[in-house]
Formats: sequence, structure tokens, C-alpha cells
Amino acid sequence: MATPTIESPRSGRVAPGYSRTPGSRGNFEMTAWLFMRLSGAILLVLILVHLYVNLVAGDGITGIDFGFVAGKWADPVWQIWDLTLLWLSMLHGTNGIRVIINDYAEKNSTRMWLKGVLYTATVVILVLGTLVIFTFDPCPVIDGVAHVADYCPAP
Amino acid sequence: MEKEPASKVELAPGVGGGGEIPTFDITLKVRRYNPEVSDDAHWDEWKLTMYGTDRVLDALHKVKWEHDGSVSFRRSCAHGVCGSDAMRINGRNRLACKTLLKDLDTSKPILVEPIKGLPVEKDLIVDMEPFFQSYREIMPFLISKGHEPAKERLQSAEERDRYDDTTKCILCAACTSSCPVFWTDGQYFGPAAIVNAHRFIFDSRDDAGDMRLEILNDKEGVWRCRTTFNCSEACPRGIQVTKAISEVKQAILTRKI
Repeated sequence: MATPTIESPRSGRVAPGYSRTPGSRGNFEMTAWLFMRLSGAILLVLILVHLYVNLVAGDGITGIDFGFVAGKWADPVWQIWDLTLLWLSMLHGTNGIRVIINDYAEKNSTRMWLKGVLYTATVVILVLGTLVIFTFDPCPVIDGVAHVADYCPAP
Repeated sequence: MEKEPASKVELAPGVGGGGEIPTFDITLKVRRYNPEVSDDAHWDEWKLTMYGTDRVLDALHKVKWEHDGSVSFRRSCAHGVCGSDAMRINGRNRLACKTLLKDLDTSKPILVEPIKGLPVEKDLIVDMEPFFQSYREIMPFLISKGHEPAKERLQSAEERDRYDDTTKCILCAACTSSCPVFWTDGQYFGPAAIVNAHRFIFDSRDDAGDMRLEILNDKEGVWRCRTTFNCSEACPRGIQVTKAISEVKQAILTRKI
């Protein structure tokens, strides 16, 4: 009868799933970590002022309409403000979800798919959002009919 | 000669203070796993009469010595120094030899499981190799450049104090196996490896701090920490593990920027 070979207890073998994939160095994770802290602090100011201006100041929540948004985006300060808000919050949120996916997805394929959906959504929202902030037309003319509000110049 | 009792407090009354200690009944539930018998783990339960001075380890000894000799667990010194008997007691990572039964809720069964996140080999014994692999990778030994001094390497009390907390580690793996990140991602270095890197990074006599920081700047390094404080809560030596990890993060940041 063949004697089974018993491996020495300290053979140094590490169960699969525990050995680190080589080449995972680089500063990406550090940059992402730092970005989360810095953008978090900036977003706190951006969002609170955004909420105050939109919901409390002036007419408060009843003052929000198409004209209110148009009025804000006529001012380059608010354009830059909202653009920063859009990009920082989207990148902050995306990185947060990326980290959660990394933490909870157990299979590499699941991780890849979830991240694919996440990054696609982020890119679409960032592109659309940026486009709207800069190309927003408060007095659109559709099929030759001007949809004028009272603040628009008469055609 | 009469067989030595499992617990010294079982000596006859009047001998060594025996009989004066209050006793109580406990239910001990142990997570059993034996791959040679079944691929599934199950719970085994024993009702024991224990003493007020007994620890969870004493209950396990009682089971192993008097009820079921096949119960397997690691323990060496049995006094909180060697770090062999870390296990999940009532859902928390503790050393069995430092957890008094009277401090647990004895009205309910006491649950004892192997530590999570490492492959279970049998009952309460896990494969510690991945844990030690990470430990070895951070180079847990003094590396100094230049000539070897003719006398001892001097250090001020303040310099020694800088890393005092992290010298206490006994490598029991209670912290690493309490970390939810490590549970799903076994590639993460884990708190224990970072704590032991911290011990040398902040040692004024050591010259390889940069190398260790570079190793821990990995995708699976310190940035994987989510500061859930499970490790600090689990450490039987009271090491401020999460604080140590944050200090290593800070050190990497200041070095890079």
C-alpha cells in the first residue's frame, strides 16, 4: 500500500485567493483616498450654499422654476459653481461606489460588470450635465415659435 | 497517583482555597468542522459546570479532556502571551485564555467559532499561513544602513515612545480576522501586518521605513482600510490598531507629497 505523502506543515504554501496579484503598486489608491477627503470638504461648502441659495434665500422653495435656473446660469459664477459641484460630487460618488464594489463583489467578473455600469453612468451624467450648464438656452425657439418667458427679449 | 483535575479549583475543599469559588452552569456551543468526515460544519453543544475563575479556554479544556477528545483548538501558554488561541467568542474575536466565563452572558449558550477570513483546517484551527505571509512581506526586522556600531544603538525615551504601542503585538490574528475588508478580500495585508510595519517605520534606529511604506502603498495596502475600528476593538493587547494604520497612511502621504 502506497503511503500518502504528507506535506510538511510549514511548507509556506498560501491558499489560493490570498496571494497578492503582483504589479498592483502605484499611487492610484493613495490619490483616490486623498481626493475623497479633499472633495468631501469642498463639497460640504458647495452643497450647503447651493441648498441655501435655492431653497431658503429670496422666495425660498416657491421661487424655483425654469426662470430661476435660467437666471442663475446667466451668471458665470453660478456656472462655474454648478460645474464644480457636478464634477466633484460625481467623481466623489463614483469613487465611493467603486470602493464598495471592490469590497463586496466576490467574483472578478461581477466586479468588472458592476464597475462597467458605474463608469458608463458617470460618463453619461458628466457629459450631459456639463453640456446643459454651458449650452442652456433660457429662451428657446422651437419650430419657429419662441417659448418666451417674461424675462426674454421680445423677438 | 490520582489524575490531576482539569481545573485547579476542583481540588478538595480546604486545599488551595478550593470550594470557595462560586460555580454556575453554562452551555458551550462549538463550531465543529472535520473535512475528513464531512464538508459541512456543524455546532456541538455541551452543558458544563464551571467556576467563577474559569475562562473560555478552561471550558474548552473540560470538553476536550472529559467529554470529547476530538475537539481541536490551538493554545500554548494559556495566559495571553503566545497568541495561539484567538477565536470568535459570541461573535467577537477574543483570546479564549483571557475571556472569563463570568463576564459573558451565561444564561445563553456561549458560541465559540474559528476566526473568520482564514481557511478552517479543523474545528477552531485555521490556516495562518496567509496571515504570516503578509507579516513576512513587510520585513518585520531591523534594517540599518552604514556600519554596525561598536556599542548598542541608542535611542531616547521619546523616540522609543513613538512606536511603543505597536511593539505589543503577539500575532494572534484577532485584528486581521475581525476586519470586514479581509473577510471578502484575502489579499489585503490586514491590520496585523500594518501594525508590525508601523513598529519599524517609526523606529529611529531603522533605515528601511521608505521600503515598508512603498510596500504598504499597494492596492491591497493601507488604503484598503475603511476605519471600521473592528481591529482596535478585537486586539487583546489593547493596541490602537486603527490609529497605527492612520499614522502609516499619513507617513505615506507626507513622503509622496
